[in-house]
Amino acid sequence: MNNILILGAHSDIAIAVAHRFAEAGYQIQLAARNINNLAADKSDIELRHQVNVTLHEFDALDTTSHSYFVEQLTILPNITVCAVGYMGVQAENEREIKEASLVIRSNYEGPVSILSVLANCFEARGCGCLVGISSVAGERGRASNYVYGSAKAGFTAFLSGLRNRLAKKGVHVVTVLPGFVTTKMTEGMDLPKKLTAQPKEVANAIFNAVQKKQNIIYTRPVWRFIMIIIRNIPEQIFKRLKL
Amino acid sequence: MMLSGWGRYPRIDTKLSAPRNIEALRKKVLKGYAIARGNGRSYGDSAISAQNTIHMKHFNRMLAFDTQHGQLVAEAGVLLADIISTFLPRGWFPFVTPGTKFVTLGGMIAADVHGKNHHKDGSFAQYVDWIEILTCEGEIQRCSLNENLELFEWTLGGMGLTGIVIRAAIRLRPINSAWIKQSTLVAKNISQTIELFEQSHDASYSVAWIDCLQHGKSLGRSLVMLGEHAEAESIPLKHKKQPLQLPFKRKLRIPIKFPSWALNSLSVRAFNAFYYWNGKRNHQKKLVDLDSYFFPLDTIIGWNKIYGRRGFAQFQCVLPIKNSNDGLRALLSATANAGAGSFLAVLKRLGTQKSRFSFPMEGYTLALDFPINRKTLALMEQLDRITVQHGGHFYLAKDSRMSREIFQKSESRVSDYLSYRTDQVSSKVFESAQSKRLGL
Repeated sequence: MNNILILGAHSDIAIAVAHRFAEAGYQIQLAARNINNLAADKSDIELRHQVNVTLHEFDALDTTSHSYFVEQLTILPNITVCAVGYMGVQAENEREIKEASLVIRSNYEGPVSILSVLANCFEARGCGCLVGISSVAGERGRASNYVYGSAKAGFTAFLSGLRNRLAKKGVHVVTVLPGFVTTKMTEGMDLPKKLTAQPKEVANAIFNAVQKKQNIIYTRPVWRFIMIIIRNIPEQIFKRLKL
Repeated sequence: MMLSGWGRYPRIDTKLSAPRNIEALRKKVLKGYAIARGNGRSYGDSAISAQNTIHMKHFNRMLAFDTQHGQLVAEAGVLLADIISTFLPRGWFPFVTPGTKFVTLGGMIAADVHGKNHHKDGSFAQYVDWIEILTCEGEIQRCSLNENLELFEWTLGGMGLTGIVIRAAIRLRPINSAWIKQSTLVAKNISQTIELFEQSHDASYSVAWIDCLQHGKSLGRSLVMLGEHAEAESIPLKHKKQPLQLPFKRKLRIPIKFPSWALNSLSVRAFNAFYYWNGKRNHQKKLVDLDSYFFPLDTIIGWNKIYGRRGFAQFQCVLPIKNSNDGLRALLSATANAGAGSFLAVLKRLGTQKSRFSFPMEGYTLALDFPINRKTLALMEQLDRITVQHGGHFYLAKDSRMSREIFQKSESRVSDYLSYRTDQVSSKVFESAQSKRLGL
């Protein structure tokens, strides 16, 4: 039976991913803090797709608990999607090192820790797929969110290295760079409609990437071009831009 | 932000929020002037409040299903389309469905929707077991036939003015196939149309499409369409293996800039003539899938845009049975004389209904669509007066333009609702642009 573990299950993208895989018949393990708040989503997924959903208490920042967390899972999943992340407020990240540290740990240290544990298990088993949701913000640091962006840059590099290491071991790694998505994180932001995806689109893209073993995906293809441009603007010009 | 209903008229500047949990929802409600909004399929301003419109899109989860009694518990923002796509393959279908499946559970409760089976099965309210509602005090109360009866009765059909529906339990009916046996009868005029309805009380579903551009002897000529759930044995061979599966259909999308001149009296006349002729030609019995039968317009995404930038209004009234013949004649003559043909004109026989504030009552309900312009607005005011003269009243889920005076004249139940709302202080907490306009 196919089984998927979704980390950071409170996020809108995570729930959309759960629905997409459940639709394809996967059993679902949702992991997050305060799992009781996911009871309604659990019954919703179970009712709509007639699959089994289990809830698992998980704290991405409590890295010492991660080995134990994976050990106590009754089923080692075929696929893991890590949707853990926290943007914070850039202005606060600049003033308060505590805030910045929380952003860095949520987007880098936590995900790296849990995916490392799972990667070792998958490697030993000789199969599986790890999906990390990173961000286009990690492609180049910008004044508006560079603390978050730098942590995501680290995470993207980690995923790329992990993919390199596991490529010959039967384990596949997908890096997801969603671009703008209508979620809790972007609520209240004024986002350009043509560039903004719905969580469902991201979920579909992830599902397809897992099936086709794609390496790096952007949800809307236009983001690939936007990021080529952003990466290639000379620093002399880039540093003066308001992005 | 600017917000409108399905008719894209009127457009109202509003503060819109979409709380994600009960706590956030409660905070929003207690600010007052609040109204819940589902999927925005009511035609006018019933799900908009200038100061505090609350989108229920995050309350969209199904919570439990009892396979023994067909009882579904779900949050208010769940779409009917999702209920159908989830439960039809398992052999369950809602007892009552409105003309589109892109409505939410909360919206169906607030408008107490009816379908083509009202003459037999009544309105949506009959299949609601209980409702959990966030009231004006910010408390969640469960109401049903056994507890908080008054709240239950006013909430069903109460247009969202008693509180915010959070969860509800509804019953689904078991079915054997995703198909309907449809037979089409041709009526040459309005008297024949009514006669056919009166002879068809045993039909599970019935509805008539009226060619409303006809005058004189042909006034009210129509196609009366009757339907029965098909048994699994009788469905088309290629679908027999999966009788509960809907056939795949390509969807049509209306472009954003659909020109408003495309819908003129000539094209409407041509369409109506063709539709009538086509119906007359194939009036024998045929099998139709549930989607095409109940939600024919849902396959055209954004069909509300065909009326152009200014939007459109739907006029829907119900006339008491004893005045139906005269009243319908007067309504259809006025429409035909104005030459403002309606693209869609639908007539339906409603059965008896006892409820606090729901739209249906025994008689005939007529629905007409008009693009918004000076001529049609004047015509609809004329139709309002004819309705009131014949003792009829109006469907608030469709209304976007009625005057307070006409509304108060048409509804003897307003004062009871107002005094209930005042007792509950809900009149201070819940309000929609529509309730303000109509003095409700």
